[in-house]
Amino acid sequence: MTEIVLRGGRVVDETGERLADVRVVDGVIAEVGPGLSGGQEVDASGCLVTPGLVDLHAHLREPGMEEAETVETGARAAALGGYTAVVAMPNTEPALDSAALVGHVLALGAAAPCDVRVAGAITRGRAGSELAPLGEMYDLGVRIFTDDGDCVADPRVFRRALDYARALPGAVIADHCEEPSLVDGGLMNEGEWSSRLGVAGRPAVAEDVIVARDLALARATGGRLHLLHLSTADAIEAVRTARSAGIHVTAEATPHHLVLTDEACATWDPAFKVHPPLRTGTDVAALRQAVADGVVDAIATDHAPHPPEEKDQPFGEAPSGMLGLETALAVVLTELVAPGVLSMAAALDRLSTGPAKIAGLQQHGRPVAAGEPANLCCIDPDVAWEVDAAALASRARNTPWAGRKLNGKVRHTLLFGEPVVLDGEAQR
Amino acid sequence: MKHLLEIGDLDRTELEGVLDTAEHFVEVTQREIAKVPALRGRTVATVFYEDSTRTRLSFEGAAKRLSADTLTFSLKASSVSKGESLRDTAKTIEAMGVDAMVVRHPSAGAPHRVASWVDAAVINAGDGWHEHPTQALVDVFTLRSHRGRGLDGLRVGIVGDVKHSRVARSNTLALALLGARVTLIAPPTLLPPSLEGWPVQVSHDLDAVLSELDVVYLLRIQRERISGRGPGELFPSLREYTARWGLTAERAARLAPDALVMHPGPMNRGVEIAHGIADGPASLVTEQVANGVAVRMAVLYRLLGGGGEPAGVPTE
Repeated sequence: MTEIVLRGGRVVDETGERLADVRVVDGVIAEVGPGLSGGQEVDASGCLVTPGLVDLHAHLREPGMEEAETVETGARAAALGGYTAVVAMPNTEPALDSAALVGHVLALGAAAPCDVRVAGAITRGRAGSELAPLGEMYDLGVRIFTDDGDCVADPRVFRRALDYARALPGAVIADHCEEPSLVDGGLMNEGEWSSRLGVAGRPAVAEDVIVARDLALARATGGRLHLLHLSTADAIEAVRTARSAGIHVTAEATPHHLVLTDEACATWDPAFKVHPPLRTGTDVAALRQAVADGVVDAIATDHAPHPPEEKDQPFGEAPSGMLGLETALAVVLTELVAPGVLSMAAALDRLSTGPAKIAGLQQHGRPVAAGEPANLCCIDPDVAWEVDAAALASRARNTPWAGRKLNGKVRHTLLFGEPVVLDGEAQR
Repeated sequence: MKHLLEIGDLDRTELEGVLDTAEHFVEVTQREIAKVPALRGRTVATVFYEDSTRTRLSFEGAAKRLSADTLTFSLKASSVSKGESLRDTAKTIEAMGVDAMVVRHPSAGAPHRVASWVDAAVINAGDGWHEHPTQALVDVFTLRSHRGRGLDGLRVGIVGDVKHSRVARSNTLALALLGARVTLIAPPTLLPPSLEGWPVQVSHDLDAVLSELDVVYLLRIQRERISGRGPGELFPSLREYTARWGLTAERAARLAPDALVMHPGPMNRGVEIAHGIADGPASLVTEQVANGVAVRMAVLYRLLGGGGEPAGVPTE
């Protein structure tokens, strides 16, 4: 029997807040209450003890791009960021479009310090034309299907996927919403800053037309739709309307789209290059409102590592994408919770319970209560720290938050009762 | 001023200072031995990732007339074809003892990136669609020599593919800094998607504003913008472009009597500018090229010469 007691923390979950210790026995929460002791005692004083975080959207790059990240390094970064589960995106080389490849990544994840789940590709090779064997991947536990990185451009294919997946209970078809012909060659949000900088733009309307199309197809098929990394005010408005009309749609937003704007591209630092691009202050405000009122269900990182030699190029030549796993929580606490945009309870819902529901994860995002799996995070909300790209556990360094002062840091992470992070240090 | 990456690096006083220095160097270039020792012992490298005739030649000419040594990097004969990155290339060139790097690159912001990697002074000689600050300095210098020191109130129409024009961006900013009133004239598809914060007025109708202009600045039309030539298409045909936005002989006849015509080159004669107008009495096109050396001497001198006016520098 292994026994751990988290002592002196404040438990925060969907049922509320209370000062309580947490006893974990063999991976399961045995007791929550005052004055517990015994086993391995772990100091959680001053900490919030919360459900472990769940990321719907991480690029772990394995197989094929191990110079940027591996399942192991990505999962370690996730654990340090407070995540107990991450969904690995399928735009690897080759793409995760078969049971064999999904099984390969799940096997790599079995030894990782985070519960690694896999999203499967919607189409073979993510080429956008033929449906991949969704059912075979579903049987391995895949619940999210996406060609992320690319939009499914052909409406016939996307309609077919939404319709077919209705046979797979709990499965969701997720889209990267940018109409390819409208963003071809574009490097940043089209608007005031792209015009000044003389940089080809990716217009907001490229997202808006795909969101409108996908919502219409979801309504027509009755299929379940998830919209990845929404970034525009009009897309948010469309989702809001669709939800009130009863369409089965969920949505996520990233910390970077909730905080940064396209003005950051004026530094010419490719750390700010991302798809969909950083938008305007108006979009940021709409996105924040949607996260606060629950129109956006999940905050997802879109953690996208790239090796330094690829980002150390002119803006136009560097690949798009930014790291997120180790900074997401602190960015949300500092930029959204502290200023009062989001309550702590709402933040934890969007970072844990909400995404766990979308991904069909029944052992994550649960209340901190006896009988629940001990997937937990201890957050020290008062630690002030500055993001140092060189100190990140990720194999890559492309964080847009380098040099940023943030508040709140993960002290411990428990994965099925095992302390995978203790006092801010990864244990494996 | 450590680098010249964009017109925004200059305030009005600094910009006028560069033009004043250039006036001195015009006199130098007209001497029998057109050379001064101002930058003797200094080395200027031209690092061009795009083809260029006038900009590169005028920078190298400017450096030589200031007695600087020059190094020439050209893409086709370089290790870039072996996969060397811009950063490594810039570091390599700097390691050869270079004081200034003149950088042209197809990617916007590339000279800014180079400036963050090297200690040498970096001059932007054109980056993508972003800026071409020395072209703008040449152009306002040329205008100043016709219209006097201040360009306050001068009405300048910039006509054509503003969206993809680094010359238009730099000229708009430089002209506005000197008090000129700029109007951008183009079909909506050839204008930047947003003009928020630009000190300009906009018209889609050249004929409507033609008679009010003191200067017509024509931009080069690139053939890949024509319909049917791929995803970059932005207007139906050259014929239609010329009919609506070209400076034809008929339109030129309706210009104010002392109006001036400019073009950064290379020109598409018969498209954005009629053949006879390009060589006509109102045209400053040749003067724009001729002033290129003196203005670029002024930029190099200001960046490398330790400031102050170069008055009294002896001929060699």
